[in-house]
Amino acid sequence: MPVENNQPLLKVDNLFKTYPGRWTLLNRLRGTPRLRLTALDDVSLALNSNEVLGLVGESGSGKTTTARCIVRLETPDSGHITFDGNDVLAADPARLRQIRRDVQMIFQDPYSSLNPRMSIRVAISEPAIVHGLIDPGDAEALVRELLDRVGLPYSVADLRPRALSGGQRQRVAIARALALKPRVIIADEAVSALDVSIQAQILNLFGELIRDLGLGMIFIAHQLSVIAQLSDRVAIMYLGRIVETGPTAAVFNNPHHPYTAALLEAHPSLEVDKEQEPALTGEIPSPYAVPKGCRFNTRCRFAEPRCYEIDPAPAEVSRSHYAWCHVLPDLVAHGR
Amino acid sequence: MSEHALGHDQPMLEITDLTIGFADARGIVLAADHINLKLHRNETLGLLGESGCGKSVTLRSILGLVPYPGEVISGSIQWQGHSLRDASHRALERVRGREISMIFQDPTSCLNPVFTVGSQIVETLRTRLNMPAKDAHQRSVELLDHVGIPSPEQRLKLYPHQLSGGMRQRIMIAIAIACEPQLLLADEPTTALDVTIQDQILNLLGMLRQETGMSMILVSHDVGVVAQNSDRIIIMYAGRIMEAGTTGEVIYHPRHPYTRGLLAAVPSLDRAGERRPLTSIPGQPPNLARLPQGCPFQPRCAFARPECATIPVELDRGYPEHGSACPFVD
Repeated sequence: MPVENNQPLLKVDNLFKTYPGRWTLLNRLRGTPRLRLTALDDVSLALNSNEVLGLVGESGSGKTTTARCIVRLETPDSGHITFDGNDVLAADPARLRQIRRDVQMIFQDPYSSLNPRMSIRVAISEPAIVHGLIDPGDAEALVRELLDRVGLPYSVADLRPRALSGGQRQRVAIARALALKPRVIIADEAVSALDVSIQAQILNLFGELIRDLGLGMIFIAHQLSVIAQLSDRVAIMYLGRIVETGPTAAVFNNPHHPYTAALLEAHPSLEVDKEQEPALTGEIPSPYAVPKGCRFNTRCRFAEPRCYEIDPAPAEVSRSHYAWCHVLPDLVAHGR
Repeated sequence: MSEHALGHDQPMLEITDLTIGFADARGIVLAADHINLKLHRNETLGLLGESGCGKSVTLRSILGLVPYPGEVISGSIQWQGHSLRDASHRALERVRGREISMIFQDPTSCLNPVFTVGSQIVETLRTRLNMPAKDAHQRSVELLDHVGIPSPEQRLKLYPHQLSGGMRQRIMIAIAIACEPQLLLADEPTTALDVTIQDQILNLLGMLRQETGMSMILVSHDVGVVAQNSDRIIIMYAGRIMEAGTTGEVIYHPRHPYTRGLLAAVPSLDRAGERRPLTSIPGQPPNLARLPQGCPFQPRCAFARPECATIPVELDRGYPEHGSACPFVD
């Protein structure tokens, strides 16, 4: 377990990000103000080396935007991101290159994240050459080592991505990320497109890499069981906000936010019998009009009058386990 | 759950030795190979398998929807005593939507973007049931209400893009049940949806089945979804049926090595944060153009032996309620 007093490797504080909505001519003529889509609304998180932080949430909850802000594929409206003591948002180009080398991203779709015209050898070695980590002459040794590391035979080095299956391509994407000797890997739905039997292989590979290389990892997924498999800590996101965070076992075995509880209940487990009521009614509200007070109040069965007025502050329910809810932490504490 | 899941009455749907092939310049690839299945009234059958196992193409063949250049090569599809495989276009038209209807994974591409959802439901009612326009409108409102869409009168006037994915799937379900079919074919109906919406849609389908006694074939790659919503399960791999039985039997007492591997590979919430390695199935998914002789699973099977290349891939007859295509492991 990481030591909490030390400065974390990666720290995100109070991140806000909105996008301008569509502004038609008609709106302009009528003078209606342009709507803004809230993608991130005060997101804070921290990651240590040798630790996996799972980010869970439904589509539109802000998981991917958070990841993209960290590697500065998006610029947040406000907030701070610190990586290894460096301010990511204020980094000059040289520093940013260094940060982007240290923080690597792996994407969901291994069919579109690899250049179809590049051989596997080039796909893996090119980033390392560009960043000046190796001489072109050393590429072969690097490719050999990395393919072995991700469990692929060296014979695939001269193939194009189309000759590989989805699972093999994802292994190549992982090798390509490892080529830069990163300290943090952000895996954005990296196993979601894979079949169950292949997904298990890749999850196991991630587990080995974290153990052997001491990487920090932000693991983004919408599937709870996949998050449970790999993460030391989790953060549950809803409509641009983290609503509950803590050690994985604590959050999953003892959820203190109604949304977390509903996600766990809705998860299709390998139980043959199923209860007859849906875990949650209604749908996620529009990010153009985030509800006042607690953003979950439109779907929450515990909602009280204050939930429609006051945005809840985090309640510490146990050591480093927080829930942003007015009601449930108290209910649980008093034995429901 | 149905009372007579394995009743002795005549099955409403019976597929025998169905083989579906896709031809290309290099030859024919069999997407489904000697598929046998029976479905009874009031029963839900789950077809479970990974991509390319043939579950979807088997489902589509029932209504003659195998995409080009695929083709049913042999076998029979009997629906209430009539052969659907030999049915004329016109005869199939009468079955589609009225007796058997289908919902798909992606409700966005199944709805016409330039018509309101109301007009698409009304159209179904008018063409299939010859309903007068006024009644059809009234019935559409009832249908939307029935599938859990709030303020249906207003929603009818919306275009598909103005609705969320979950709402669009509810619209598809409303269209599918508009003519009160006896069988609903559901092809990965919740795969594109978020987990809480998936839960809502599966509950809705369960409620509709209970109300109407309609049967369902549920195709999915998600073991949990199938386990929680089927009376019986068929496990497919590389176009073959590897195991079939009642849901409890298959999930709690899997017999075939592939089924065991598949169930073991599913991560579980119970071991949250332990990071204990999963038991994965080694190797790559099968290439249908280069399958080995005999059992298609043998290259990845921990129990493989030389005889696997010669055995016929068929369910053992010993267990009528729970068959496995592997004669060696039990």
